[in-house]
Amino acid sequence: MATLNLPADFETYAEARKAGFMRMKELKDNGARVIGVFCSFVPQELILAAGAVSVGLCASSEEPIRAAEADLPRNLCPLIKASYGFALTDTCPYFYFSDLVVGETTCDGKKKMFELMNDIKETYVLQLPSARDENALDAWEKEIIRFWKKLEDFYGITITEEDVKKAIELKNHERDVMLRFLELGKLDPAPLSGYEMGTRQDALGFNPDMAARCAIIEKRTGEVLKDWEANKKGKPSDRPRILVTGCPNAGVREKIIKAVEELGADVVAFDCCSGTREKIEKVDTTLPVTRALAKKYLNINCSVMSPNDARLDYISGMIDDYHVDGVLEIILQACHTYAIEATKVRRLVQEKGLPYLNIETDYSQNDRGQINTRLGAFLETINK
Amino acid sequence: MSGYYIGIDIGSTAAKTVVLSGDAVAEAFTLPTGWSGKETAGTIRRTLEEKGYLTGDHRCTATGYGRVCVDWADRVVTEITCHGKGGWALFGRDCTIIDVGGQDTKVITVAGAQVKDFLMNDKCAAGTGKFIEVMASRLGVSLAEFYALAEQGAPLAISAMCTVFAESEVISHIGAGERREDIAAGIVHSVAGRVARLCERHGITGDVALTGGLCDSRYFIATLSGELGRPVASHPFARYAGALGAAIAAAGKDFAGVREFSL
Repeated sequence: MATLNLPADFETYAEARKAGFMRMKELKDNGARVIGVFCSFVPQELILAAGAVSVGLCASSEEPIRAAEADLPRNLCPLIKASYGFALTDTCPYFYFSDLVVGETTCDGKKKMFELMNDIKETYVLQLPSARDENALDAWEKEIIRFWKKLEDFYGITITEEDVKKAIELKNHERDVMLRFLELGKLDPAPLSGYEMGTRQDALGFNPDMAARCAIIEKRTGEVLKDWEANKKGKPSDRPRILVTGCPNAGVREKIIKAVEELGADVVAFDCCSGTREKIEKVDTTLPVTRALAKKYLNINCSVMSPNDARLDYISGMIDDYHVDGVLEIILQACHTYAIEATKVRRLVQEKGLPYLNIETDYSQNDRGQINTRLGAFLETINK
Repeated sequence: MSGYYIGIDIGSTAAKTVVLSGDAVAEAFTLPTGWSGKETAGTIRRTLEEKGYLTGDHRCTATGYGRVCVDWADRVVTEITCHGKGGWALFGRDCTIIDVGGQDTKVITVAGAQVKDFLMNDKCAAGTGKFIEVMASRLGVSLAEFYALAEQGAPLAISAMCTVFAESEVISHIGAGERREDIAAGIVHSVAGRVARLCERHGITGDVALTGGLCDSRYFIATLSGELGRPVASHPFARYAGALGAAIAAAGKDFAGVREFSL
């Protein structure tokens, strides 16, 4: 096995980043297979069945965007620019130590960026259809089979159906564990902050050990529940309960989610890819495995799908189940699919008689003041 | 209601103060915000003290982009809610309020003194009072002179979407020897067009009413009304709508129709 080197600038990195690199290096030194992913459409079960660890790649900081803009247009989604920038500058330990990066044809920006990323490290792209009919399902199942073969060829291994079935059970269990944590938000008054829900989810994404991830989150779920029973249950709160929807929000969590909670609201529900969206539907264990995987992943309610009315039904249900008082939609700059679908979300929310606020932003800090004014005014429109 | 209810609206350009006694305006004054909102807030406090508004029973609400600078206020409320409340009090009915401010523009749907929905422009100076301010200074005239010039002009096209680029467009017009009147009229049309598009995106419910600094220009109101294809109401006191709304928030009681404007 070739010797693993650290990036040339390693000594200048901050402690947290250094630690991330050292953890990943240790993992690789011990022979681990590492696959880097960006998006929840990548069938995790196949990676697990290949005996590989799947790591979420860095995409939520402003830091590498300037470097990325040497190759990418300025007027592009900050998440795409950050993903590429981290890869380009050797500052994401997970990208740096990935054997293979797996992308998917979700939005136009990502799929064209993956072509450039492939020049930095092999980037395998799953061809995701945008419809949800039988043709699309057939095509997507073929992509699942192609990815299965790719992993076998890439690592020179055989992945058996039994391996995949076992992985499906493990992932379904993990989804249930995460869902129980996220659904704590249904409790009224809110048992924990939305800020915590988001940050904990993110931290877990960088933990390669699934059993450890489940254990951490089950422990926290238990603690929160116990605290709620003892200290919060039966004590009504006048803090508005907010549903956050739209684009991935990790890169704007401080300036939007933390800010709205500091202004006096509780973010109780997340309809986004780090929220309950991917976890609601499990992989059906009664179907043939590739069909079951295809069906589960095709049903993820991302705005790249068209039509995507299932997302609207889901939001409507969440508003009821989580006793939501207002809906806050976060759009990352130049994300066409979410920006356009936002019109439907707004109509739905207003038909349900609730206030709706749409914030379009990027990873910069220069609109903090304006965002605070909007969030403040939004909360002032909620009578509670 | 007894005592004084004070509303202070520290905007990016001007700091407005309104004192309510019951449902009558006892006092209203404007100061330039200057470089320090905190210092301006101090000046406002001294002025109010001298006039005796802070001696007896009183409550104060601060609003505007510099609202946190008024550290002695009892309460802080966003300018969107305050323009909604103030506008509703002035116009006395449910309507769509447009506030063109010094650094941002808001379109606010108000029903029963409550803000139902709003839209704020993106982080950009085009379509705000700042654009007119920058351009007036480029033409070397005061704001009052600028509006007077615009009224006599035939609008030239200003097509740039960005203040900085629009300024170069204006410089080209100056360089080409165009009349100042025509350039000024073009600038007003450009801002009104921007504001109208923001309104159309938000959707208009009921009558349209303008608040904020640009209310002082009849020409702007007429141009905006032309762009929207419907009448735009204003009020002599509308530049104080934010501060009035803050004073109403301090009183904790909404009312339509404010008496006695001692301006």
